[in-house]
Amino acid sequence: MRSVVRVENIITKFGEKIVHNGVSLEVKEHEIYAILGESGSGKSTLLKEMTMLLKPTSGDIYIFDKNIKKISPKEIAAIKQAWGVLFQFGALFTSLSIANNIALPLKEYTKLSKRMIDVIVDAKLEMVGLDRSVKYLYPHELSGGMVKRAALARTLALDPKLLFLDEPTSGLDPVGARAFDSLIVELRDILDLTIVMITHDLDTIENIVDRLSILADHKVVASGTLKEVLQSKHPFVEKFFRNEYLNKRLQHV
Amino acid sequence: MSSAGFRVEEYGDFVTIYCYGEWRVSTIDRFENKIYTLKPKSRVIIDLKELRGIDTSGALLLIAIENRSKGEFEYRNIAPKVKQLITLLKRKPQVIAKANLKPKDFLQRVIEKIDQFFEYKRAFLAFIGELFMKSIALFWKPKQFRLKETIYFIQSAGINALPIIGMTAFLVGVVIAYQTIVQLTKFGADIFVVDTSTIAITRELGPMITAIVVAGRSASSFAAEIGAMKLTDEIDAMKTMGFMPFYFLVIPRIVALVIALPLLIFFSDIVGIFGAMVVTKSQIGLSFEQFIQRVYEVLSLKHYLVGIFKGPFFALLIAITGVFHGLKVSRDTESIGKETTQSVVNAIFFVIICDAIFSVIFTELGI
Repeated sequence: MRSVVRVENIITKFGEKIVHNGVSLEVKEHEIYAILGESGSGKSTLLKEMTMLLKPTSGDIYIFDKNIKKISPKEIAAIKQAWGVLFQFGALFTSLSIANNIALPLKEYTKLSKRMIDVIVDAKLEMVGLDRSVKYLYPHELSGGMVKRAALARTLALDPKLLFLDEPTSGLDPVGARAFDSLIVELRDILDLTIVMITHDLDTIENIVDRLSILADHKVVASGTLKEVLQSKHPFVEKFFRNEYLNKRLQHV
Repeated sequence: MSSAGFRVEEYGDFVTIYCYGEWRVSTIDRFENKIYTLKPKSRVIIDLKELRGIDTSGALLLIAIENRSKGEFEYRNIAPKVKQLITLLKRKPQVIAKANLKPKDFLQRVIEKIDQFFEYKRAFLAFIGELFMKSIALFWKPKQFRLKETIYFIQSAGINALPIIGMTAFLVGVVIAYQTIVQLTKFGADIFVVDTSTIAITRELGPMITAIVVAGRSASSFAAEIGAMKLTDEIDAMKTMGFMPFYFLVIPRIVALVIALPLLIFFSDIVGIFGAMVVTKSQIGLSFEQFIQRVYEVLSLKHYLVGIFKGPFFALLIAITGVFHGLKVSRDTESIGKETTQSVVNAIFFVIICDAIFSVIFTELGI
C-alpha cells in the first residue's frame, strides 16, 4: 500500500530544548493512524510539522510521496487542497457565519454556482450531525461540541484525501464522541480517506484506530497495531495502558 | 481527469444520462449548471459505467438530478461505493443540534442599534460608578492594592514611552519655535519667541502631545490585553478563584497612569523647550544661557503647574477608556480589534474635550 505520510528522522529543537530526537513514522493509504504521548512529548509540534506550519530542525517529511522541503509552491498549493486539518478547538473564522466558513474553500478554489455551494454546505452540515439552521449562526453562538462538528464540516468541504485531526473527540460528550468515531470510519470507508490523529481517547484507540505510534523521550517508543504496542515495556505504555481499570477493559485484545 | 461531464440521450419521455470522467468538487463546476436545465422526464436513467471517480460534491449533483426527475428513476452500473455514498448523503441526519432562528426585520434592527447605543452609555456610567466604589473601598482594605502590578505598568506605560514622547516633544518644540520666529522677525520682535514657545509648550502642547501619545500607546494596549484575557476566559477564572479583576487588572493600570502621566509631561516640557532652544540658537543666534535667562523672566510657575495639573485628569480618561473597552470585548476575535480602535479614538477625543474645558476654566479664573 502507498504511504501517504512519511516522517523520517525528525529532529526538532527550540533553542536548547529538544522536542524530537529522531522521530520516524509512516502512515499508509486508507489507514486511521493515531499519535499518542504525554503532554509535552511533541505530538502537536509533530502535527504542525506535518501540516507545514513549523519546520523541523532536520529530517524529512513526505506527504503523498513528496518531500515537503523540496516541492514547488504549486505543489504545496495542490497538497493543501488535498488535505484537511481539524484543529483542537475548531479554529472557525469568527467573523464568518458557519455557512460562510464551510463555503470559503469552495468559493476560493472552485467556480461552483451559489446554488451548488449551498447544497454542499447543507450536506456537509448534515453529515457531521448539525441541522441546516445552524449555518446562519456565528461561531461564538455555538457550543464547543457544535464548533468541533462545524469545523469538521469545513475540513471536509473539498473532500480531502488526507485528514489531520487534533484531539477530535476531546470536549465531546461520550455519545457524541462515539458518533464522531463512527462518522470518521464511515467517511474513511466511503471516501477513501487517510486519517492521522492525535488522541487520548481510549475508546477511539480501541475501536477505530488501525495503527498508532507512541511518542516519549523525544522518540517513537512503540508503534504498530494496539496489540503490538501493548507488547512494549516502555514506562509510558505501562502507565497509560496497564492500570487496573484498563486491564479489565483490554483483556480481549 | 481532463474530461468530466454527462451526455444525454432522449427517447420521447425517457432519458438516459451517461456520466463520465471524474465527478469531483474541482471538476463539476464546468457542467453543474447544465444539470438544472434538464427537463423533467417521466423516466430517468443514470448510467455510471464511464464514471471514473466521485466525491461527495459529485454525488450531491447526482442527487440533484434525482430530485428533479418527476417519475421513475434508476441508476445503472452503479459501483457499490457510489451507492453507499449516495445513501450516506440521503440518510436523514441524526441532528444533534438545532438553532432557533427568526430573521429580524428592519424595525427590529433599528431598535437594537438604538438600544446598543444607550446600553453603551449605561455600561460606561456603571463602570465609572463601580470604579469609584471600589477605589473608596480600597482605603479600608489597602492590602488589596497590587503594588507590584502598578509598578510594572508605570514601567510599561511610562518609562517605556520616554523615547517616543521625547522625540515627539522635541519636534513639536522645533516646529513651534521655527514658525514663531518667521512671524516675529517681521516685527523685529524675535526675542519673544522664548515667551510664546515656552508658554505654549508648558501650558498646552506638552500635556496634549504627551496625552495623545500615551492614549495611542496605552489605551490600546490596555484594551487589547484585557480583551485577550476575556477571550481566553482568564477573567472568569480569576472570578471563580475569588480574585477581583477590578483590583488585579483595572486599578493598577489606572493608578500607574495617573502617576506616570504628570511625570511624562514634565519630561516632555523639558525636551520641548530644548527643541525650541536649539532652533532659536540656529535661527537668531540666541545662546542657550540667554534663552534660559529669558525663560526665568517670562515663564511664571503657574503656566507649568497648569500643564502638570491636567496630567492626572488626562491619565484617568485614557486609562478608564482603555480598560473599559477591554472589558467590553465579547467572545469573537473581531471585537478585540473593534474595541482597541474605539479605545484609542475615544481616549483622544475625551482628552481634547477635557483640555478645552480646562482651557476655558483657567482663563476665566485668570490663571
